[in-house]
Amino acid sequence: MSAAAEAKVTITHEVGLHARPSVKFTKLAKTFPAEIEVALSEAGPWFDAKSIVKVMAAKAPKGTVLHLRAAGEGASQALNALVALVERDFDEGEAHVRTA
Amino acid sequence: MSEPRRLTGIPASPGYAEGPLVPLEREQAEYLARGNPREEAEALRVALAHATARIGTLSLTASGESAAMLEFQLAMLEDEALTGPAFAAIEDGVSAYDAWVAAIDAEIVGYEVSGDDYFRARAADLKDIREQVLRALTGEGAAEAPPGAILFGEDIAPTRFLETDWSKGGGIALIAGSTASHVAMLARSHGVPMVVGLGHAAVGIDGLALLDAELGRMVVQPTEADREAFRRSSQDFGARRANAQNYLARPAVTRNGEPVRVQVNIADPSDVELIDIATCDGVGLMRTEFLFGKGLPEEETQYQAYRKVLEWASGKPVTIRTVDAGGDKPVPGFTVEESNPFLGLRGIRLSLARPEIFRLQVRALLRAAVHGNLKVMFPMISVPVEYVQAAALFAEEAGSLAREGVPHEMPPLGIMVEVPSVAIAPEAFPDVAFFSIGSNDLTQYVLAAARDNANVAHLNDVRHWSVLRLIETVVSVGKELGIPVSLCGDAGGDPAAIPALLEAGLRDLSVVPAQLAVAKAAIAEVSV
Repeated sequence: MSAAAEAKVTITHEVGLHARPSVKFTKLAKTFPAEIEVALSEAGPWFDAKSIVKVMAAKAPKGTVLHLRAAGEGASQALNALVALVERDFDEGEAHVRTA
Repeated sequence: MSEPRRLTGIPASPGYAEGPLVPLEREQAEYLARGNPREEAEALRVALAHATARIGTLSLTASGESAAMLEFQLAMLEDEALTGPAFAAIEDGVSAYDAWVAAIDAEIVGYEVSGDDYFRARAADLKDIREQVLRALTGEGAAEAPPGAILFGEDIAPTRFLETDWSKGGGIALIAGSTASHVAMLARSHGVPMVVGLGHAAVGIDGLALLDAELGRMVVQPTEADREAFRRSSQDFGARRANAQNYLARPAVTRNGEPVRVQVNIADPSDVELIDIATCDGVGLMRTEFLFGKGLPEEETQYQAYRKVLEWASGKPVTIRTVDAGGDKPVPGFTVEESNPFLGLRGIRLSLARPEIFRLQVRALLRAAVHGNLKVMFPMISVPVEYVQAAALFAEEAGSLAREGVPHEMPPLGIMVEVPSVAIAPEAFPDVAFFSIGSNDLTQYVLAAARDNANVAHLNDVRHWSVLRLIETVVSVGKELGIPVSLCGDAGGDPAAIPALLEAGLRDLSVVPAQLAVAKAAIAEVSV
């Protein structure tokens, strides 16, 4: 079954799309067969949501609106899951602990 | 038998290690190109698989920050966006070695030029995987070091630290390196002795070495007398560590029964999660630079951070220092670029020059004050008018909050004593609520020697009579004027410096949480 979907979500996690959140995001994206893309604005550039290299390179800070689009099998489920992950602050209670 | 070599560096993780020096940098093995693209591509695939397997093995036992770093490295190695360009170059006749270096260096550059500390630090993680893959390509095996060895070299990669078995002792001695690096943090949490900044005088050393990472010294090819003295210090250190834990839960008193207040320094509100408030007398220094790490913070963000720590302290004093930023750690839209940031627009000077930004911090502090026992201090004060202006801003903002009907309270306002002009004549500040001696900066300014510069670090000693005389002056003027005096530099937690500080008259020290037990134990040994 083929489908297309779009979504938007604001990053509320304190550190933004840093290493740990990016790893979780791309790992989750890879569990879906659909082609998924992310952009920081509707006009693009769009990049592969399954690539840690691309997602980290976006250096998206807290407050960034992520635009998502997907095409192919399970497109809307994929976006629902990714949006939920971002809304849950990537399941991280606390930001990185620093030493004094 | 050659003469012993004695080297000095900067302690990054305290402890003692005796063992053979093992070089960290192995000679780069030559890569012999197979010559045709099909075999080159296969060589790179095998090398990537090797590197992935090694990092995967390390990640099985890692936790926290290390686990996150290794997982990030694994995800990178598995990403075709990284490896794809390398395989494409191989198609065009480039060797696997050159193709990999070009592909990963292109990514590393992107991180190195980032204005964000966090992203710049990721460049080191990528360099680490670059080396892992190159090692696999040139057929070099995993690093082998005998148990108890002292790893020696220019710098050390985090994966190298994690793959080393530290259960039989051993240590790290670096020519360069930093006490703030990820590995230094790991070394402190694993109790691995580490010294950085030994300098290029150390190049080419070899043989048995004694590493004293408490004082930052190393003796190479020691005499029998050296070894005996070293073992005594090492045993003494072990005994002090074990002993210190017994002191943690008790209030600190000297041998003569004189009570000493011991507070903690914190750099981030999350630090308090690891500290039991019952083991300390409050927070002697809460830094606020963390709030400015990601650009200018809003009033509400600041208020929540201060409130969290005040509520945790449950009535014990919390001394928050207003932002101590400067050109050495740029905050976009706040700091200015300067050729000599340590003598430039920093601390209170910068806050007063940017009142629109400072006022937000003042409002957040006034509002937070209702949630606990807050004190506020100003960093880098050099002349009384700076204190007067800063206090006036507090009064003005308190007035605005009152008109807006926002709950707030005026905290006691004190100053850091870290610029020599204040330490020499503290009587010029009769109106301040307290003096807090910042021994790190005071020492560096009095002796004109930075402590993170290995070439002059030997001059940077808080126990130099010039610094101690100034501390005595501040204590005695404080007594005369009825102004409390405390100290919040690293010296407060240094067992070697504590006797001199107490003898100079101090009875209130603030230390990093990791040194709390050790500081209390050291205080108990002093006869004052």
